[in-house]
Amino acid sequence: MNSVGEGCTELKREYDQCFNRWFAEKFLKGDRSGDPCIEMFKNYQQCVQKAIKDKDIPIEGVEFMGPNKEKPGS
Amino acid sequence: MVKYFLGLSVLKSSWDQVFVAFWQRYPNPYSKHVLTEDILFREVTPDNRLISRRLLTKTNRAPRWTEKYLPSNMARSAYVIEDSIVDPQSRTLTTFTWNISHARYMAVEESCVYGVNPDNNSWTEIKREAWISSNLFGLSRALQEFGLARFKSSVTKTMKGFEFILAKMQGGTPSRTLAETAKEATDKVKETAVAATEKAKDLASQAQKKQQYV
Repeated sequence: MNSVGEGCTELKREYDQCFNRWFAEKFLKGDRSGDPCIEMFKNYQQCVQKAIKDKDIPIEGVEFMGPNKEKPGS
Repeated sequence: MVKYFLGLSVLKSSWDQVFVAFWQRYPNPYSKHVLTEDILFREVTPDNRLISRRLLTKTNRAPRWTEKYLPSNMARSAYVIEDSIVDPQSRTLTTFTWNISHARYMAVEESCVYGVNPDNNSWTEIKREAWISSNLFGLSRALQEFGLARFKSSVTKTMKGFEFILAKMQGGTPSRTLAETAKEATDKVKETAVAATEKAKDLASQAQKKQQYV
């Protein structure tokens, strides 16, 4: 899958591979030994955050699960 | 005006397979409308839950009949954010997804909870709720009111203009009375137009308020 930043797709792929392995083999199995993909994530993030600024994508100040707070109890 | 959706689905796979698949489901033959996917944020919390934010770009597929209501330069792709929490202790995945572009025309919000199917613990169930709202109908009513009022005031100006010119042709230079009458008429027309604009604005903001209320 492509990244929104055209030049970030390779970095995204590398990070995704690392994450998917850790997620299935460690995280879901209750292994709390920590995330080995942090460096790769940083590189990927630098690239993608710049692309987001360049494209003016309105993600600033959006609270985690923001709009969900207003929903009637489900 | 909000439409509510509630659904329950089942995947005949175990919760951990589904959670792994959740991160790898793009691209697939059914996701041609999804153009890009990015993780913007990710963190393991102190209580060992994984929180993530995913940004998706999707094509903005609007039916043709909406085209006359929407600006012609409206962006072809829409941005969607999906926030999620994976809890391996409770074996649940909770998501909240909403569009951060085009929301003025239509806002779609979806809340999902993925968990072990209570009837068969090698399956996974998904409880899905969605709220779909559009401000569009209120806005187009207001636009219609404004358009009609403006048209009416244009017609009044046209008629007054004719009367003025005809009087001038028939009686020579228009008398002060005629000129004053013409000014009065223009003022009246302006008043009507302002009143109409206020009414239209009011309708539009009523429509807006209705939406915020729910």
